[in-house]
Amino acid sequence: MASGITKFGNDLYTGERSVPFIRMRRIWLTIAAILMLAAVAVPFVRGGGDFGAGFNFGIEFRGGSQFQVSGASSIEPDLAEEAVHSVVPEAVVRVTSVGADGVRVQTDQLTDDQTLDVTEALQTAYDTDTVDDSFIGATWGADITRQALLGLGIFLLLAALLMAIYFRTWKMSAAAMLALLHDLVITVGVYAAVGFEITPAAMIGFLTILGFSLYDTVVVFDKIRENTSELGDDATRTFGETVNLAVNQTLVRSINTGVVAALPVAAILFIGAFVLGADTLRDISLALLVGTLIGTYSTPFVAAPLYTIFREREETIAARDKRTLALRAKSVSASNSGGATVNA
Amino acid sequence: MARSTTPVRKAWRSLGWLAAIIVVLLGIQTAGALFAGWSWTPKLALDLEGGTRIVLQAQTAEDQTVTEEQLEQAVSIIRQRVDASGVSEAEIGTQGTNNIEVSIPGTPDRETLERLQSSSKLEFRAVILTGTPSSDASGDPTETPAPTDTATPAPTPTPTPSDDATPNPEPTDGSDPNWITPELQTAFDDFSCDQIDEVEANVAPTDEPLITCDDTGSIKYLLGPVEVEGADITDAFAGQDQGSQGINTGRWAVNIRFNPEGAAAIKDLTTRLLPLPEPRNQFGAVLDGRVITSPYVQAPSDQPSISGNFTQETATALASQLKFGALPVSFIVQSRDSISPTLGSSQLVSGLLAGLIGLILVVGYSFFQYRALASVTIASIVVAAVITYLVISILSWREGYRLSLAGVAGLIVAIGFTVDSFIVYFERIRDELRDGRGLVGAVEAGWKRALRTIYAAKGVNLLSAVVLAVLAVGSVRGFALTLGITVVIDVLIVVLFTHPMMQLIATTRFFSSGHPLSGLDPNALGAVYRGRAEFRTSTEARRSGANREAGRRQTIAERKAAEAAAADAVAMKAAAKADRAANSGGSSGGSKKKSKKGKR
Repeated sequence: MASGITKFGNDLYTGERSVPFIRMRRIWLTIAAILMLAAVAVPFVRGGGDFGAGFNFGIEFRGGSQFQVSGASSIEPDLAEEAVHSVVPEAVVRVTSVGADGVRVQTDQLTDDQTLDVTEALQTAYDTDTVDDSFIGATWGADITRQALLGLGIFLLLAALLMAIYFRTWKMSAAAMLALLHDLVITVGVYAAVGFEITPAAMIGFLTILGFSLYDTVVVFDKIRENTSELGDDATRTFGETVNLAVNQTLVRSINTGVVAALPVAAILFIGAFVLGADTLRDISLALLVGTLIGTYSTPFVAAPLYTIFREREETIAARDKRTLALRAKSVSASNSGGATVNA
Repeated sequence: MARSTTPVRKAWRSLGWLAAIIVVLLGIQTAGALFAGWSWTPKLALDLEGGTRIVLQAQTAEDQTVTEEQLEQAVSIIRQRVDASGVSEAEIGTQGTNNIEVSIPGTPDRETLERLQSSSKLEFRAVILTGTPSSDASGDPTETPAPTDTATPAPTPTPTPSDDATPNPEPTDGSDPNWITPELQTAFDDFSCDQIDEVEANVAPTDEPLITCDDTGSIKYLLGPVEVEGADITDAFAGQDQGSQGINTGRWAVNIRFNPEGAAAIKDLTTRLLPLPEPRNQFGAVLDGRVITSPYVQAPSDQPSISGNFTQETATALASQLKFGALPVSFIVQSRDSISPTLGSSQLVSGLLAGLIGLILVVGYSFFQYRALASVTIASIVVAAVITYLVISILSWREGYRLSLAGVAGLIVAIGFTVDSFIVYFERIRDELRDGRGLVGAVEAGWKRALRTIYAAKGVNLLSAVVLAVLAVGSVRGFALTLGITVVIDVLIVVLFTHPMMQLIATTRFFSSGHPLSGLDPNALGAVYRGRAEFRTSTEARRSGANREAGRRQTIAERKAAEAAAADAVAMKAAAKADRAANSGGSSGGSKKKSKKGKR
């Protein structure tokens, strides 16, 4: 029931219950580091030492010809292979069936004449009129990637600047960027590990993760900023505890925004997996789903602990924390010795 | 009362602005539909509508880059070619920094594709025969270009008697009438300029004669083999004619510069043509099989200048045609993608279906989390959807935007992102309620804090969308654009709709009384009464100082008693809190109901 979650939210808000995001930060950050290392190692291992070979690049990156058969009478992959080999005997053929009556056939790049012949052969083989063909030069995907990487670089710079200005400290900006890097690396690692095809549409997904991951981080950091700015000399909580409370107070919000962002993405993925030609939908949503989940996770577990580490070393904050802890210790010993002065 | 009417009045004003925006958008769309032939649905990209998309990539040497200017010129040349092939509604544009994207509805035939892909060629050929087209005289005789342009008549031709005397079938040079075989003569006589668009009509090997027309279709030519290739041109520029004495005549001319090889060839050509009779003292510059100019030779030169009835504009245009006529850079087909209309519409349907499922899931989750408050979410999504639809539609008809499958995905993803900002806002209100504020106060205070967060977070989102839209190519751009549009609309909706709606419903009894189904129930939210009209912020506050320790030192019995008292206090607080909320909401009926409940 919702009341359960609401109650959970209340407890997190008051601090009655709290997840030790900051206190156990060593553990969380170690996990993050291990995950990132694994994400980088996986493509190496899969590719046998060659980083790039560890990924399953789509036809847009490999180059080749592609045929989409819809309304097929059967989705037997052998038919496609025979059809292609009847025209080009030595061609490498990849056949995937999509939905109930769709078949996608990818081959090496064929000449125009071969393309026409293969189209006809496929039409006969699958007893349908609707065969769409396309061919993609091997540089196409690289071209998109180059532009995307350029965009990525510029976006990161601008976003880092924007956040540094908004939060008035580059440390929040740096923590958010590191968390973002964490999200991207792991998402890409997941792609390598599972062997999902990397297509331009998946690239779109990766780039959108940036937006979402930062969005989530900004929401949480805004609360952290609000709470920590109230810290004065008479603070009863250390900096780390304040951050922890802020993260816990926004936890329900983070979960809700994460779930709500992931739901439509999951719907796209569901449809994209079953409908022919909706590859774009599938590829975008797969990257997004993985990224959304990791992005939601990384804010409390990576970004906030990092930020605390960055700030705690500052002299004023370190001094204040020390004083706060000393006061607390004193009050404990005072109440232990002084006895019952209960002013509840 | 006055205190509570101010937010209400503000709310109505915001809603008024929103209504005005919708009315304006609706007005533009309606006007477009009535007067400009717009449809009520957005234009779709090829992957949803069916058609063929060809991406041509410029081929450059290692250290060279294609300039924007070159790419634009290539686009206009390719556009001419596509138009010439009779394909309507083709869209040609640049993509990224060195690609050209050609979108053709339907499936083009192989000839159209070849015409498009073949690299454009500029050649110089000697004129052997000219004539007026036999068919419809579409060309206005007074408009007859280059030949009549030449002011000074050609020098007296020196007839070459050998031509007629010996019926030598082997032509000796590019101007030799012996090229004219009886078949070629027949072909030339039968040729009409409206055939020119027919495939292969104006294509000939470089060492064979060519029959073609000028680019206005008013003169037809029989041209000799290629004498000079356009590739040999190093520069062509418009300038004022210097005349024979080097005095500026004030007339515009086009100057052409060749590389050494081309210069030698053009010198030979002009030397040979000079003494020939009309029309054989002309040579034609042939671009993609059409004569763009055919000047008379007045003097041999290796740095020819074409003069005539030019204005500055026409001279510049001809110069750039000569210079770039052969596409400024060569292109290869990088990808070709054809999608049948059936596949396109099935993609559209699956996209819409995914959107619907996503919407249902989001709405369901909202109700689960926020109860009646979710109705505000849904209303906001509906308003956002209406505005988004209108904006996309108007953009597609005015700015040439086309909705692609990636764009649809962007819209669906945006559902989640849009609702996210409502969640940020709602959770803020809940936080304020937990701190013990009345609903009206909580809405105002929560709004102030949420808005800051929403602006910052959406700013980051918008930044990513803008950077992608500016830098990325192809489908990435379509996606980024829709995402960017929805971010802006999202902020608009939160400010002009969601918040005003919250201000208004905060005054209704159902919400202000904290009905358990309202999603704003202070009891459920654990708002805690501390003193008269004060609520404790959090138990954290209690942690400091002695009382926590004192609590620890209580006996179990004492603690239980204290807990029981606390529980009572909670119930009373809730009642008092509800009173306050109800009062501030201006509804006294709710307070009675609530206090009764509190006593139970």
